[in-house]
Amino acid sequence: MTKTARGSLLDIEHLDTKEITGLLQLARRMNPLKPRPLLRGKRVLLLFYEASTRTRSSFEIAAKAMGAMTTLVLSSGSSIEKGESLLDTAYTLQAVGADVMVIRHPSAGAPLLMARHLKIPVINAGDGMHEHPSQALLDAYTILRHKKKLPGLQVAIVGDIYHSRVARSAIHLLSKFGARITLCGPPELLPEMATCLAPNLHITRTAEEAVRGADVVMVLRVQKERLAGLKIRLQDYIARYQMTTARIKLAKRDAMVMHPGPIIRGLEITWEVADCAQSAIVEEVANGVPVRMAILARALGKAR
Amino acid sequence: MMAHDKLKSGGLLIKGGHVIDPAAKIDGPMDVLLHDGRVADIAPPNKVRGSADQTLNARGLVVAPGFIDLHVHLREPGQSYKETIASGTAAAAAGGFTSVCCMPNTSPVVDSVEWVTWIQQAQRGGVVNVFPIAAATQASKGAVLTDFRGLQRAGAVGVSDDGRPILNETTMRDTLRLAAEINLPVIQHAEDTRLTENCSMNESTTSFRLGLRGMRVAAEAAIVDRDVQLAQQFAGARLHVAHLSTADALKSVRRGKRSKAHVTCEVTPHHFTLTDADVGDYNTYCKMNPPLRSAADREALIVALADGTVDAIATDHAPHATHEKIIEFEKAMFGITGLETALGLAITRLHRESRIPLARIVELFTAGPARVVDLRGRGTLARGSHADVTIFDPKKRWTFEAAKSRSKSNNTPFDGWQLTGRVVATIVSGKIVYRSS
Repeated sequence: MTKTARGSLLDIEHLDTKEITGLLQLARRMNPLKPRPLLRGKRVLLLFYEASTRTRSSFEIAAKAMGAMTTLVLSSGSSIEKGESLLDTAYTLQAVGADVMVIRHPSAGAPLLMARHLKIPVINAGDGMHEHPSQALLDAYTILRHKKKLPGLQVAIVGDIYHSRVARSAIHLLSKFGARITLCGPPELLPEMATCLAPNLHITRTAEEAVRGADVVMVLRVQKERLAGLKIRLQDYIARYQMTTARIKLAKRDAMVMHPGPIIRGLEITWEVADCAQSAIVEEVANGVPVRMAILARALGKAR
Repeated sequence: MMAHDKLKSGGLLIKGGHVIDPAAKIDGPMDVLLHDGRVADIAPPNKVRGSADQTLNARGLVVAPGFIDLHVHLREPGQSYKETIASGTAAAAAGGFTSVCCMPNTSPVVDSVEWVTWIQQAQRGGVVNVFPIAAATQASKGAVLTDFRGLQRAGAVGVSDDGRPILNETTMRDTLRLAAEINLPVIQHAEDTRLTENCSMNESTTSFRLGLRGMRVAAEAAIVDRDVQLAQQFAGARLHVAHLSTADALKSVRRGKRSKAHVTCEVTPHHFTLTDADVGDYNTYCKMNPPLRSAADREALIVALADGTVDAIATDHAPHATHEKIIEFEKAMFGITGLETALGLAITRLHRESRIPLARIVELFTAGPARVVDLRGRGTLARGSHADVTIFDPKKRWTFEAAKSRSKSNNTPFDGWQLTGRVVATIVSGKIVYRSS
């Protein structure tokens, strides 16, 4: 691999537990309500080729909470529409003075390609079906606010895993720390080869089995925009995999319900479960800010 | 120039080499005399009858019939920013190929007598023999068959919709039936594209890890299986499977061969060298179609290369410009260059690592492909054959440098690879077109 700039965050797969722990510790010291001018004068470039609500706004707020300037470039309304390539866009934004680039892109590997050619650090805010490292970090952060430790934790990940970058990053992260992970979904959305991602992954096709005794239940959306012709009978899916109150009752009494969003109530999760006392869905979003503050601070060498 | 021509007309004697010519069952020390574009004589050392103005000392080297590549993309007409017939054939010469068969998926598609003729014109600057493969259907759209007879008369040695496989069974049946009437090979890029939409590599643990959509083995195997069955239905039908890449597809080819159907196939150096794991972290130089497959598939290909199931090594030389490769993996073009690394990879991987005899490897580069497309008087050094000769040093270790390639493009995963086996000289019609420095 060609060298990438120090401070880049491209995936969880190649990150070791020490770096992850360091980021999570740093995040714990970040308080979005008490701004620290750690990044005063720094320019954070947000380059988004795909729709985003949570990730985009929380990176922006995280940057501003540390005194950085942010500039948002979207694929629509920029020269990307005129056919400018990813690398030329990257060179341009580096030349205008970006200190760090946060990129979301529909193509897997796009942030890595960019990082191999830029001098500034690149942060992956989600690339195709590949990874979404900041989401996995904020999920780990959220879990650790409620659970003592990750090793031995029983985690069920239920839903469209094949198309999910959140699932790939979460699986890498949680398994690096020794969590016991059960994946659950229909074969079209969860092929057997998913077990290759990490050691000791289990697959089940029944939601009840996945949820039973779990400490954490992570629910994923069916990504209609990535199905590419695949036909999923939603009524069947709902009947077999929707996270309902009855199913959640099978988990441990203090189990957490998580979802990276956007949630589609009535499809992968019922209204009641999304808003239940065990639901950490809103908290996850809130925790995105301190975690992304830590990611940006690390990227710009201010991780102290 | 004049003096050079005179020299050429005066003949060339290749002395002291070890001739490997599987078609003529020769594997031993021989001298070869070339005259007037033909092999004038081939005989044990110092026994050739006749003389020559020029002598080439081949001591310690293998002298083989000129190599034939059944599958190259020379990109003309229309895509000369990637390659031209001149640059592509220069790369071929450097790789030891004296004849190349070029695929018709150019812009426009080579589906007419005019374009087949155009490709072969001297002003294209080809330095080795160029045998066009014409499109099987108009614009390779899979609907209306082209004029096979006319295309064959103009010089096409086969028909293929390479890159855009013939999926429709009726169209494939008609293609095989009509081509059979004039003994013309039908070359199929076997891929059920209905199963591979948006896919950019082999379906595997690597594709899952990278979040890339994967091509299933069945997309190749199902088409090969169907085509072999169709080929069995028509006497004289000749099916050639291009760049075969899976163990499953080999089963169908073996079944076809056992049933005496005229079924042949080729395998590329990258498929017998690399696996899908080599894609690593989105290396677009490992993105090709068919994709790199599993280690088990690669092992099956090596067995089939050794046991005769595979008829030819073909490069699928597919040059692309930098801006088509140094981009997002899913957007990058399929294909790599291959002409200059083929022999080195074959000797390194097949001969030295897998113990396939050198004579078999030479056969896969010469007599094998010559039979597939009926190149008469080529693929052998028998007296009277065309004076196409490849001389190589099977023990020479060297490092391939993509930047020094004769191709216009350098999209190759083999840059910086140390290989054993290097071309020393390439001779086309008695004329030296390449000599290693």
